[in-house]
Amino acid sequence: MANSRQNNLYASRRLRNMLAKSLAYGATAFGLGWLVLILGVLLIHGIGGLSLAVFTENTPPPGSDGGLLNAIVGSIMMTLLAIAIGTPIGILAGTYMAEYGRHDKLAMIVRFINDILLSAPSIVIGLFIYEVLVAPMGHFSGFAGSVSLAVIVIPVVVRTTEDMLKLVPDTLREAAASIGLPRSMMIQRIAYRAARAGIVTGILLAIARVSGETAPLLFTALNNQFFSVNMNAPMPSLPVVIFQFALSPYEEWQSLAWTGALLITFTVLGLSIVARSLTARKS
Amino acid sequence: MNVASTAAAPAVTVAHTGVSAEGLPEKIGIHNLEFFYGESRALKGINLSLYANKTTAFIGPSGCGKSTLLRILNRMYDLYPGQRATGEVLFDGENLLDSRVDINLLRARIGMVFQKPTPFPMSIYENIAFGIRLYERLPKSEIDGRVESALRRAALWDEVKDKLGASGLGLSGGQQQRLCIARTVAVKPEVILFDEPCSALDPISTAKIEELIDELKQDYTIVIVTHNMQQAARVSDFTTFMYLGELIEFGPTATVFTTPRDKRTQAYITGRFG
Repeated sequence: MANSRQNNLYASRRLRNMLAKSLAYGATAFGLGWLVLILGVLLIHGIGGLSLAVFTENTPPPGSDGGLLNAIVGSIMMTLLAIAIGTPIGILAGTYMAEYGRHDKLAMIVRFINDILLSAPSIVIGLFIYEVLVAPMGHFSGFAGSVSLAVIVIPVVVRTTEDMLKLVPDTLREAAASIGLPRSMMIQRIAYRAARAGIVTGILLAIARVSGETAPLLFTALNNQFFSVNMNAPMPSLPVVIFQFALSPYEEWQSLAWTGALLITFTVLGLSIVARSLTARKS
Repeated sequence: MNVASTAAAPAVTVAHTGVSAEGLPEKIGIHNLEFFYGESRALKGINLSLYANKTTAFIGPSGCGKSTLLRILNRMYDLYPGQRATGEVLFDGENLLDSRVDINLLRARIGMVFQKPTPFPMSIYENIAFGIRLYERLPKSEIDGRVESALRRAALWDEVKDKLGASGLGLSGGQQQRLCIARTVAVKPEVILFDEPCSALDPISTAKIEELIDELKQDYTIVIVTHNMQQAARVSDFTTFMYLGELIEFGPTATVFTTPRDKRTQAYITGRFG
């Protein structure tokens, strides 16, 4: 019965299917291949330098041993402040667009600009913050670094907040309204709760995104060879230290750069896995 | 419980006979109501009385405006820009279309149950307590009591009393819908609007909800939109047939189903269109 259908038409369809399938597999392998290669090389070069000293000692002068403590602390501080600045702004803007401004022109404009900001080269953001913060203040600072990272955080959080709130079905909003819930409370108590996993995922992805940013920090936080928690002074960070050490001729520095790159990559990988599992559990 | 026979009733059987509009108190009076989605007119000159402690069914083919009419009664359309109603809808004598009416207080008095179950993303207990706390400041023990009585009212208590802390989203579709009814009842409304409450449910859950609606009308004025004519016949005292945005016929359910005045009503209830 089935045999009667195995004519030329069917055969050519099968052939095309095979072709498309092998192209898809090939493309996937090509993409994944690089990823595996990067992770592999990182592991090979970075894992050797991984020791307790990396977390307890500061970046060394050329030719001596040391660690990445000041850079790690600087990165964590600036990232946390950037998230603290960017998250509320991003969530509020995303809430406006998804809940209040759905039919507004203003929301359309904000969304358009946000999309531009989302793909703006980070070096431009660094230069922008240099102009508005570093130049008037007269010196580089961890604070300026945080602000430039916050500018990268905001569009990511705006976008995910808006998208996640839009996934909350209107029927749930109507149900909330039907018991006399004012809109502001509906958003806080119902919509945020329904979209929580997604919004948290967006924040995690924003952290992952900024923890590898180098360019905006070069012009704002600069770097610091010493341990410093003073946000009003130049501050070291992992990406900038990697950038500087990797280009140096000193072997100890190069090895530390590999280790730093390994740390960032696996932190980002870890964050992404947590983010994915959060969204997966929701759906 | 005659679940099977109610659910599988082969022909239209009219449950409530002998009801007439004579002398019944009017809960909601609709006068010259028109409704617009942007420029297009969805309802034309609707005049209708909804009687206190009676169940009124809105029937008619898809797109006839029955859900639109229902959603005017608690001003649900207000959530969406570009939708507007003109005319008068008197709720205990007060025009609820008036822009000075506080919509949230109105909706606390006119509750609604939707087509798809819409439990809030929180525990079973919280789903109900949440609405109570909106308008009343009560001690925990009293809220517990209100939650229990609402769940009993919705015939759900026995199924959930041991897992009140569990998520409302973990219940079955029929249970979720009864949870939504409990949530609506807990706010102590005067009118409950049902928008095709059974269209997403299996026959047994449907029968349970229908039984509930029948009990609820002792305390509430009920309006139900349904696609299912058997359902309209089983649960309602009055039936409204709508067609293309117009109210074609209104009367006691028994009359509308047995001796309809309009040919279109007759054609619809005998299954010739819709």
